[in-house]
Amino acid sequence: MCLGIPGRIVEMHDDRGLLMGLVDFGGVRRDVCLAYLAGTVQPGDYAVVHVGFAISKVAEEEARRTFEALRELSQLDELDWMREVAERSLAGGRAGE
Amino acid sequence: MKYLSEYRDPSVARGLITRIRELATRRWVLMEVCGGQTHTIVRQGLDELLDDSVEMIHGPGCPVCVTPLEQIDKALRLAADPSVIFTSFGDMLRVPGSECDLLQVRARGGEVRVVYSPLDALELAIRNPSKQVVFFAVGFETTAPANAMAVWRARQLGVRNFSVLVSHVTVPPAMIAILSAPDNRVQGFLAAGHVCAVMGWTEYEPIAARYRVPIVVTGFEPVDIVEGIYLAVRQLEEGRHEVENQYVRSVRREGTGPAKSLVAEVFQLVNRQWRGIGEIPGSGLGLREEFADFDAEYRFGLGTLQVNEPAECRAGDVLRGRLKPHECAAFGCRCTPEHPLGAPMVSSEGACAAYYNYGRFRHTQRMGV
Repeated sequence: MCLGIPGRIVEMHDDRGLLMGLVDFGGVRRDVCLAYLAGTVQPGDYAVVHVGFAISKVAEEEARRTFEALRELSQLDELDWMREVAERSLAGGRAGE
Repeated sequence: MKYLSEYRDPSVARGLITRIRELATRRWVLMEVCGGQTHTIVRQGLDELLDDSVEMIHGPGCPVCVTPLEQIDKALRLAADPSVIFTSFGDMLRVPGSECDLLQVRARGGEVRVVYSPLDALELAIRNPSKQVVFFAVGFETTAPANAMAVWRARQLGVRNFSVLVSHVTVPPAMIAILSAPDNRVQGFLAAGHVCAVMGWTEYEPIAARYRVPIVVTGFEPVDIVEGIYLAVRQLEEGRHEVENQYVRSVRREGTGPAKSLVAEVFQLVNRQWRGIGEIPGSGLGLREEFADFDAEYRFGLGTLQVNEPAECRAGDVLRGRLKPHECAAFGCRCTPEHPLGAPMVSSEGACAAYYNYGRFRHTQRMGV
């Protein structure tokens, strides 16, 4: 449960006082809370995201490699939940919403 | 400078395994306290590769597995309430309660929804003002900042129909409980990388010193784990007992300040039952008094429930390293991922499910007790 998925920050915005951003996970995009990395990330950066929260900034190569490793280890459960939620249009907002 | 590509290179892992074998003058006993690491170790067969040098005990590192039965039963009761939309991470849905699981409650008409993030649950509450939305807040320190933020945000936005059923646990008290047990065999730990990405490792320093055990902060990929084992064995052979960081690319000693601050603002340490293990003092997080309005147990007056653990399930012995999953009489016959007796057979990070999914049940006779 503690793994987290690396993704690329596409854009950042303020949602009623909370720093959020659209993050791309190998083609699946969703809003993520960036508050815990405020001041340390910007669009184009990569971050490890755990249950909708960016918990650590990572280098691009590291992010790609980890994503592939998670795929190989069949440990992308979080991505499945993300897809399931996205399919039901419950994801809690898109860019610019 | 270590190149990132090394982490994928099987020859690096093989080289490290050879070095561990050369280094070990005896068979050391190590425990990993991270379900992701357990999954990787069993899937890749790292424990079997190193079996002559290291015994790996799979510790209570799967939050789904240690969530106490009473909290599961409370979740089931809330999920059956027609006024409630019950929300949870996906891997809690098939955890058996005293009488059924969340999937069965959903089949009988309960509104149970999988969410990816606790903020999704909060959003659901905002969109459904006539319903009570309850989120099942489980997890270790990695997940605590997310769940803390959902509660903090609900208060900030004045969302009155949102609450959380909390069953958070923290790693260091569980390590102390394991090391303090009279029959403890663990001589060193791999600590969970992402727990430490949030919390740092200062809490582990007094544990390493007091109990004279090496603790190596370790990632979850195969080469990470083999390197973590190597560092722990090297300390043991040299008679050292320190906190060492294998997972340098993600973890700093102090952790992530803003996340720790919000967790401390919303949660406080409480005593917590660990399923199969019992109560560990100060091992859980509960909502602070200022956030009690968002505590589902308080809002719905749940009180204390009587629970019935399945007598045949020996998950507690597995979680404490006294029994390997395939040594349990129910393993693979009366207990399978399709019909689990206990939580470690449910979660992909549970030791029992990992043994089952990666074919360990075939080796029962060879492995012995």
